[in-house]
Amino acid sequence: MVSDELLVATHISKSFGEKLVLDRVSLTVRQGETVTIIGASGSGKTTFLRCLNRLETPDAGSIRLGEEVIGGPPATEANLARQRRLFGFVFQRFNLFPHLTALQNVALGPRRVLGLPRAAAEARAARDLDRVQLSEHAHKRPSQLSGGQQQRVAIARALSMEPRIILFDEPTSALDPELVQEVLDTMRALAADGMTMVVVTHEMRFARHVADRVVFMADGRIAEEGTPAALFDTPRDPRLQRFLRHLEPAV
Amino acid sequence: MEFDWSVVRYAAPLLAAGIVMTLKVSVVACVLGLVLGLAAGLASLSSSRVLRFLVRAYVDFIRGTPLLIQIFLVFFALPVVGVRLPEFWAGVAALAINSGAYIAEITRGAVGGVERGQTEAALSIGMTQRGVLWWVLLPQAWRPMIPALTNDLITLTKNSSLLSAISVYELTRAGQAVISTHFAPFEIYLLLALYYYLLITALSFASRRIERALPTW
Ligand SMILES: Nc1ncnc2c1ncn2[C@@H]1O[C@H](COP(=O)(O)OP(=O)(O)OP(=O)(O)O)[C@@H](O)[C@H]1O
Ligand SMILES: [Mg+2]
Repeated sequence: MVSDELLVATHISKSFGEKLVLDRVSLTVRQGETVTIIGASGSGKTTFLRCLNRLETPDAGSIRLGEEVIGGPPATEANLARQRRLFGFVFQRFNLFPHLTALQNVALGPRRVLGLPRAAAEARAARDLDRVQLSEHAHKRPSQLSGGQQQRVAIARALSMEPRIILFDEPTSALDPELVQEVLDTMRALAADGMTMVVVTHEMRFARHVADRVVFMADGRIAEEGTPAALFDTPRDPRLQRFLRHLEPAV
Repeated sequence: MEFDWSVVRYAAPLLAAGIVMTLKVSVVACVLGLVLGLAAGLASLSSSRVLRFLVRAYVDFIRGTPLLIQIFLVFFALPVVGVRLPEFWAGVAALAINSGAYIAEITRGAVGGVERGQTEAALSIGMTQRGVLWWVLLPQAWRPMIPALTNDLITLTKNSSLLSAISVYELTRAGQAVISTHFAPFEIYLLLALYYYLLITALSFASRRIERALPTW
């Protein structure tokens, strides 16, 4: 069904200097779908996500989100900024604003980008902190929070802009092992709520059990994509077979 | 040569009055230099190439020429283009223009020193470059700027000594006046050195206290 396609990226290419990092990557994500992207280090996963919300400018290809052509006219900074906030982005290293409390981190966008009055922005921030179960830490600075809590604040910050889709770039890779689960649980809850998400991750259990679809990237291309069962149980691409063999037996 | 204590006793209170002028010049020049330097620093971070070029040229000129020449330029050259400033304001302007260039560099460095991920996070919630600078970078940049800024204020206070060359009656000029009537350069310059030293030490002490009182995160 075509009508429920939310994100359509077509033939995205990107080079850094001489190095071709993305080679005509195409991906379609349906409304409410959770897609995970897996692949070896350096295969272009991060670059692809960053091209989607234009933190990186692709050399070629087109991106459509709903009715919007991302990066399309007018090619003004204001239009690009407006389009960017249709995507939430969760970074590997959280990138919270260290001088602001958790609540202020989440309220900053609603207040300064959407122009909500302070009380309304903070009410929205409180709502989104509650959604990631951090209400009781609202007035702490990032430095007073654990890594897992910081990443959940970052997720709340993304939610506060009410994005149509959230992009996660290895959201648990910077965390101590015992803090990974709380973040994955938060993401699982978002997925269950119908949020559309693209998640780059090395957490194969999440990829297998939460994702609707898994995409395997290798050498700047999508080498294989399908349901978790298809990719994990009957991988066809030799690079994917090798990639899966090198993961822990836990998968 | 005998050390002449009597001239020291005579000059000490007289020169104390010069300190007041030195402080006045320094404080006014510091405030103006801060305003100018912050504005120039922000301009150097703007997306306008013209602005960036102008700030670059300004900073290069100030760094590439002696302060004494800059003071003479403001004092003697400006009247040629129709701007006539009294000694005090010419001196203050020269010091402010001079320190403004360094403060512009401090500002640019501090803002540029904020981690790249901060800008990306702010862009990802839909901020424009201007919003990123105003709401995310500057609030984080001013804290690490304070030590460099207080250092700059101390340099400015010492540099105010050069204003004696255009007859601003600050500490050094006051000392020279005593020397010209009492012919005791050694005693008087030693006294001047002591006064500057005490002044700078007091400033350093105050700045360290301020730094320690600043919030961290
Ligand atoms: N800004 C950049 N400048 C130059 N090269 C870059 C830049 N960003 C990424 N690259 C290169 O592009 C390639 C793909 O990088 P990317 O970060 O997208 O990979 P990745 O799949 O996310 O890897 P990882 O699993 O290690 O995060 C790498 O070879 C990387 O060195
Ligand atoms: Mg990556």
